[in-house]
Amino acid sequence: MNQQVQRLAQGGRIDRSRPLSFTFNGQTYQGYHGDTLASALIANGVDIVNRSFKYSRPRGIVAAGAEEPNAVVQLGASEAAQVPNVRATQQALYDGLVARSTNGWPSVQKDLMGLVGKVGGHFMPPGFYYKTFMAPASMWMTYEKYIRKSAGLGRSPAEADPDIYDHFNRHCEVLVIGAGPAGLAAALAAARSGLRVILADEQEEMGGSLLDSHEILDGQPADQWVAGVLEELGGMANVTLLPRTTANGYHDHHFVTLHERRTEHLADCAPASAEGARQSRARLHRVRAGQVILATGAHERPLVYAGNDVPGNLLAGAVSTYIRRYGVVPGKRLVLSTSNDHAYRAALDWHAAGHEVVAIVDAREAPDGNLVDAARQRGIRVITSSAVIEAKGANRVSAARVAKIDIDGFRVAGPVETLACDCVASSGGYSPVIHLASHTGARPTWNDALLGFVPTLVDGVHAAGGAQGIYSLGEVLADGAAVGARVASVLGGSAEPLTLPACEAISESPACALFQIPHEKPTLRAPKQFVDLQNDVTAAAIELATREGFESIEHVKRYTAMGFGTDQGKLGNINGMAIAARCLKRTIPEVGTTVFRPNYTPVTFGAIVGRHCGELFDPERYTALHQWHVENGAEFEDVGQWKRPWYYPRTLSGKPESMHEAVARECRAVREGVGILDASTLGKIDIQGPDAREFLARIYTNKWAKLAVGKCRYGLMCKDDGMVTDDGVTSCLADNHFVMTTTTGGAAAILEWLELWHQTEWPELDVTFTSVTDHWATMTITGPKSRQLLAELTDIDLDRDSFKFMDWREGTVAGVPARVFRISFTGELTFEINVQAHYAMHVWKALFVHGEKYQLTPYGTETMHVLRAEKGFIIVGQDTDGSVTPEDLGMQWCVGYDKPFSWIGKRALTRSDTARRDRKQLVGLKPKDPKVVLEEGAQIVFDPNHAIPMPMVGHVTSSYYSPTLESGFALAVVKGGHDRMGESVYLPMVDGSVHEAEITSPIFIDPKGERQHV
Amino acid sequence: MFQIYCPYCEELREEEEFHPKGQAHILRPADPDACTDEEWGDYLFFRDNPRGIHHELWVHAVGCRKFFNITRHTVSYAILETYKIGEQPSVTAEPSVSEAATATDDVRQGVRA
Repeated sequence: MNQQVQRLAQGGRIDRSRPLSFTFNGQTYQGYHGDTLASALIANGVDIVNRSFKYSRPRGIVAAGAEEPNAVVQLGASEAAQVPNVRATQQALYDGLVARSTNGWPSVQKDLMGLVGKVGGHFMPPGFYYKTFMAPASMWMTYEKYIRKSAGLGRSPAEADPDIYDHFNRHCEVLVIGAGPAGLAAALAAARSGLRVILADEQEEMGGSLLDSHEILDGQPADQWVAGVLEELGGMANVTLLPRTTANGYHDHHFVTLHERRTEHLADCAPASAEGARQSRARLHRVRAGQVILATGAHERPLVYAGNDVPGNLLAGAVSTYIRRYGVVPGKRLVLSTSNDHAYRAALDWHAAGHEVVAIVDAREAPDGNLVDAARQRGIRVITSSAVIEAKGANRVSAARVAKIDIDGFRVAGPVETLACDCVASSGGYSPVIHLASHTGARPTWNDALLGFVPTLVDGVHAAGGAQGIYSLGEVLADGAAVGARVASVLGGSAEPLTLPACEAISESPACALFQIPHEKPTLRAPKQFVDLQNDVTAAAIELATREGFESIEHVKRYTAMGFGTDQGKLGNINGMAIAARCLKRTIPEVGTTVFRPNYTPVTFGAIVGRHCGELFDPERYTALHQWHVENGAEFEDVGQWKRPWYYPRTLSGKPESMHEAVARECRAVREGVGILDASTLGKIDIQGPDAREFLARIYTNKWAKLAVGKCRYGLMCKDDGMVTDDGVTSCLADNHFVMTTTTGGAAAILEWLELWHQTEWPELDVTFTSVTDHWATMTITGPKSRQLLAELTDIDLDRDSFKFMDWREGTVAGVPARVFRISFTGELTFEINVQAHYAMHVWKALFVHGEKYQLTPYGTETMHVLRAEKGFIIVGQDTDGSVTPEDLGMQWCVGYDKPFSWIGKRALTRSDTARRDRKQLVGLKPKDPKVVLEEGAQIVFDPNHAIPMPMVGHVTSSYYSPTLESGFALAVVKGGHDRMGESVYLPMVDGSVHEAEITSPIFIDPKGERQHV
Repeated sequence: MFQIYCPYCEELREEEEFHPKGQAHILRPADPDACTDEEWGDYLFFRDNPRGIHHELWVHAVGCRKFFNITRHTVSYAILETYKIGEQPSVTAEPSVSEAATATDDVRQGVRA
């Protein structure tokens, strides 16, 4: 086991009595409870944690929080527990943690791809992928496989996730995001007024910067004040504290998604709770807040200098955090390069830990704040007007090259001194974390005094503390308390003003604007100066992009891939904008900023999905007869959310029928005997009111004025563009009472369609609609023997002259009240029996008892499709696609051209385009080879010898094999098809073969419709 | 995700309960047969796409099934009012500061309800 060589003997918020063992890239290490994976790796002297995305250069840990670009690891001891894209800086250490680098082949220590990085540069300029792999386009898939493999972006598990995840819907008056000094003060101020407050914080512990602060509050270490505030908030019934919870997305109307990691600090799969219950691994809180306070703090900006990606280059603030919070020092000899006073803390902490500070290199001419004085008092060398222009070293920093610089002239202004060291910390100041504010659509504003973008806040959103560029602790606390109180008062709450803890004032000298450090060589020739470490974007790449004419920062971003990584450019974007501004000779606000989008940090898919997976993915609808279908071996088909029997395979001499065999048998039963279909899923809308008949006449294409009680009529429905949208049979139950049937899939949409016209255009019509789809079960018995069968079970007179085709009768069937409709979707003699859903199973079984002697055969949707297509009956949505008029379907018989009201769709039928003679029209197709079943969707041409591209003149909409015709047959739409009866068309297939088919009438069986009238 | 005040239910509800139905106040011509092809084409196919105030038709699809109108700002997505079918919008220009505050009040009341 390795030693924790960089661990301090004391200090930090780790528990040295609780050692934890973990492995990284197969090596076993030890850390302590309270460590992150990153701090434990630093403790063990692990310098290289990854290889970079493009050049495969060795990379080490740079930051201590969400902004970390390099230490992105793959987590998980087992295959099922694999998690990609975990930032080691945010992952709490637990015993048995297993992590690997996501990049590097064959290993991060010895990387063959690194050769590209060494000779790199000229071979991989910005836009490399576009330029190199553009042609031939067909090869991109091949290139991509290898590029992705070597890029190594982590991988998803190959086994099912064993964990469960939850969604929580929450409401609060005040949501406070971030529990640093500003967030704690704001939450306390708001909570004391009695409002419902949610405080969410992404870290393992709440407290933010106060957890590693030097500062004394009310004479005590700052973390004591944190503990006191958390105790008070924790005891309030109106406050919900959510630690380990990242606010990842700010959506419309103060809807914020919070991602709470509940067990990821304990193990890679969620352990059972203390009571032995299963726990969810993560929760997605969907919060609807009244007002939101963003106390998200600020991210330190690194400086851009040559070799700034060699392991051992860190953010100054991260150095402090590792020393003070985790008791680890990331090296022995430090050089600090800074543009501001704040970063001096890193050198002071380093010195206090007993390690050597080689020098503080300050770009300013005469820094003189309290912290600068403190450094000088400790004998630390401070070099002014200078910067680290280059970090030397291969796998670890070995020296810093320091020189005087002329910031305005962007040049090195003096001789270069080389300082031996193993760590270079840098700070270019702070950037407020504006991501969530940016999600609201508000563009941030550049603030010259703060040298950063501050959030623009839409109504109801507030920022406090570092998030709006306030950095000194006393001011941060005061701002947090003031914002909390202000929000409370807006919402009508009030409380005594917060008494803030006493806090020492630290004077700071002003910072200077510093982004990229000049090198002796021009940027394009200097050693690489990285802007975006995760995506390997250099200052030279940005300069090159501007030279190639990319002036918009959004274009520069896309061309160079700056900010496209999983870190969204948290560290690099502003430096990149500053470099683009320098190259374009503009100011940063003129160059503008790019847009941040959800999510702030990657979210596991499990949390997004919650419980909506597996059998709970989508509701399933069952008919009242579902159990019978299951017991009788039906195969099911999904129709919308419904499970419909597809066909009922029988087992004949131990061998189950194929679908083809079952459908052929079911079809013969209907054409020769009697079959039964569960048609309960058809949409049914009950329509009542004195104006119901008038309403139907306006919404349907055909006439309804004279439909008598006891009669049924088929209707076509169009949209006002004249295109068919639904069809079905509507029956007159009483003079002001109708029941409409719709397609199974269209039921909800058609009810909404009827309501739309009634509520918005014709509110004067007295009519109401209600869905009765689930109330009635529909059993269709069809075939020449259906009358004989039904006669055994009903008191309704079934005589062909008294109960005619397209009539309906009320009576009893199998002893229960029923409506029986004599309508047909098969072309055979048919009775559709409707009973209340709870009676359905009784009636269905009674039909089978009596049906045995007629060999009553259940059939499914596949047979239904074959039978209806043989008759040329359309299915809306299959034979139509929203571009088909009633006339295209040859259904002029169903159009009431002379109805008094200009019904929905009528006017459009005479528009020049709708009235064209060569529109695609519904026809039948009979393949020349009867064994051929044409492919549905196959394209149709008139001349198969035409040069490619051939003019396509239509396509197959429905195609089946007909056991009755002993041939394949199809419905299709063909240009001008109604005038082309008997002509041949051709269907070229993907394999090069060409089918020939003859255009026929779409009615293949019983064209006169005699069979349904018997 | 929007939070929408249904003027019939008189409650703020989540967007999941509603369906958007396009631009509001599109009247079907009283005598379609008197329209030219161009006029009918305009009615069928042409809609405004403003940056700013937009009046939209929505339906409380899994609630009361009532259609109603929303005045929404297409940049901020702020819903400035909702009103019943047959009523006219009261917000037809960019809101002043005081109107924006009213919209906030609505959100707040919804949270408390």
